[in-house]
Amino acid sequence: MWKWLHPYANPEVSYHFAGKILPWLSALAALLLSIGLIWALAFAPADYQQGDSFRIFYIHVPAASLSMGIYFGMAIAAFTSLVWQFKLADASAAAMAPVGATFTAIALITGAAWGKPMWGTWWIWDARLTSELILLFLYLGVIALQNAFEDKNLAGKAAGILTLVGVINLPIIKYSVEWWNTLHQGSTISKLGRPSMSVDMLWPFVFCFLGFILLVSVIICIRFRSEILTRNSIRPWVRTLVSQHLTQEKANEV
Amino acid sequence: MSANLAANTEPALISASNLTCIREERLLFDQLTVEVNAGDIVQVEGPNGSGKTSLLRILAGLSQPYEGDIFYKDQLITQSREEFHQNLLYLGHLPGVKGEMTAQENLNFNLTLHGLHINASEIEKTLAEVNLTGFEDSLASHLSAGQHRRISLARLYKSTADIWILDEPFTAIDKQGVQSLEQLFKAHIKQGGCIILTTHQDLLTFSPAQVKKITLDYMGE
Amino acid sequence: MSVANLSYRAVFSLVLKRDLTIAMRHKDDIINPLLFFVIVVTLFPLGIGPESQILSRIAPGIIWVAALLSTLLSLDRLFKSDHSDGSLEQMLLSPQPVFILVLAKIVAHWLITGLPLILIAPLLAVLLHLNEQSYSALILTLLLGTPVLSLLGAIGVALTVGIKKGGVLLSLLVLPLYIPVLIFATSAIDTAALGLPYSGQLAIIAALFFGSLTLAPFAVAAALKVSTN
Repeated sequence: MWKWLHPYANPEVSYHFAGKILPWLSALAALLLSIGLIWALAFAPADYQQGDSFRIFYIHVPAASLSMGIYFGMAIAAFTSLVWQFKLADASAAAMAPVGATFTAIALITGAAWGKPMWGTWWIWDARLTSELILLFLYLGVIALQNAFEDKNLAGKAAGILTLVGVINLPIIKYSVEWWNTLHQGSTISKLGRPSMSVDMLWPFVFCFLGFILLVSVIICIRFRSEILTRNSIRPWVRTLVSQHLTQEKANEV
Repeated sequence: MSANLAANTEPALISASNLTCIREERLLFDQLTVEVNAGDIVQVEGPNGSGKTSLLRILAGLSQPYEGDIFYKDQLITQSREEFHQNLLYLGHLPGVKGEMTAQENLNFNLTLHGLHINASEIEKTLAEVNLTGFEDSLASHLSAGQHRRISLARLYKSTADIWILDEPFTAIDKQGVQSLEQLFKAHIKQGGCIILTTHQDLLTFSPAQVKKITLDYMGE
Repeated sequence: MSVANLSYRAVFSLVLKRDLTIAMRHKDDIINPLLFFVIVVTLFPLGIGPESQILSRIAPGIIWVAALLSTLLSLDRLFKSDHSDGSLEQMLLSPQPVFILVLAKIVAHWLITGLPLILIAPLLAVLLHLNEQSYSALILTLLLGTPVLSLLGAIGVALTVGIKKGGVLLSLLVLPLYIPVLIFATSAIDTAALGLPYSGQLAIIAALFFGSLTLAPFAVAAALKVSTN
């Protein structure tokens, strides 16, 4: 595996590789998301209990899963960076963090928006929403730490340690919040339950889910490229790249 | 930029290959090679901000270089941390002296932490070497910055480490103190130790030929 | 004079003794977080009203949240002064294993800040009309839980010690990690108030304690290496 991975440890190779797959990823993401969302919002049947407000799940569930998934992705990146001194992994973790935080926020907002017609209130201390809120705090901590260091290399290492501490704590926090929630069940009305899905709901859901995964990959890919550039700004290949870009821009102006 | 090109069968006490250091998006040094053998005294020189302190901290293993490796007797220092630290004395800009402890307690703690057990009378003698007689039991918070500096320098007189890395050891020391320190340096390298240091003034009692130099003048581009 | 390899125990007690000496000569560090703890707790009856029923219902949460906050306040002293006067880098450069040094410092921190909290907590419990059956649960959860706060907090301080304005950042990093301790501790005290067994919650806090005891020193050691860079 190392032999295969080795060329991608070179920032220049990774930068160009990410640039090459970007258009394909974007096209596929746009295709899947437009099919999935149009199908889900316009054609899929309404839920017999929740009516049309159920449709927010087509966004909420992928966002919630991705918010967790991206955190695990960051943890894997942090691990490879700390153990094998794989510098690009830091860049990828830095690329992922704000995207993960955004999707956590999306999951929270859509969850609250679903709660308004169901519970009559914007916020309820539901176990899953609460864990999602704490996950958002963990993301914000990592991002704040990344920004607090002047040196990007140190920032990556510090944020990596925090991410690993967070990923060990995440299951404990999730479990404790769920436990806390069942303990105080008397005060909550209903749970943010996953309704059983029929097949004509499942397919648009699958499209949405894959579409969002691809969308996230596209955004991370773009951010990863810019992270590589800022981290290697003194490298000759970045300088030539920038000067090429500048001359091209000038030529376009003329 | 190599400090010592002479062929030597003994492995170098401390060596580094292809060191590159970047601070705040500025290249301080690039592909620097350092080799320091027993009996060497090496002076790192260069204008302010040229990365002298960074180089010393990298060699001591406190900072990680952007690229490159540091070896202690041909072993990576990350892989022989304990042995390397057993044999290293690093004194940086900060004296590492606690204001809440007395001069004696400070010295004693630092020596014990490095595995040196010394009785009270010897501690007193050592403090006398750095002109702190009468201050043994004063809380360090009542002492001046220069005296803090001397408490930390006192460790040199008891050190068993071969590698001394000293960042501006002569600041806050009078002329007499400088001379006595230089005598100590001479004895140290004679015994097969090595010294890597930065200093603004030149070493007085060493002939220029004795002192090897690493010049850092790679200012950005 | 002799050069000897110190045993882990000797290194541990050397650093522990040093930190306790420093704390005893600088008593503000012990007293101020404790005063903060007391003041925060007394603010709640003033803000909520003196009805003993409401107070005894929310007493476990108040005491525990105040304990979290006062621990947070005291965390700074764990590495900050050692970092700014250079003794931290001397410790990292010593031939001793970093996790032992770190563990000794954390234990000292707990003795200086955690233990006084536990001693004063019953007094505050009286002020808040805590259910009489809950006293032992309060003490036991604090006894097992405050070391976890020191251990997890140490990771946060180690990560932020090199940053100029690390104080606010520290709370953002550390407080989310404290949530499980808070949940299980307050639930144990609530359960005790009902006269039910709370050994399950205690066992979980004990597990959190042993888990953080084994893992946190290594995370702290790694973080300190980044911060002194």
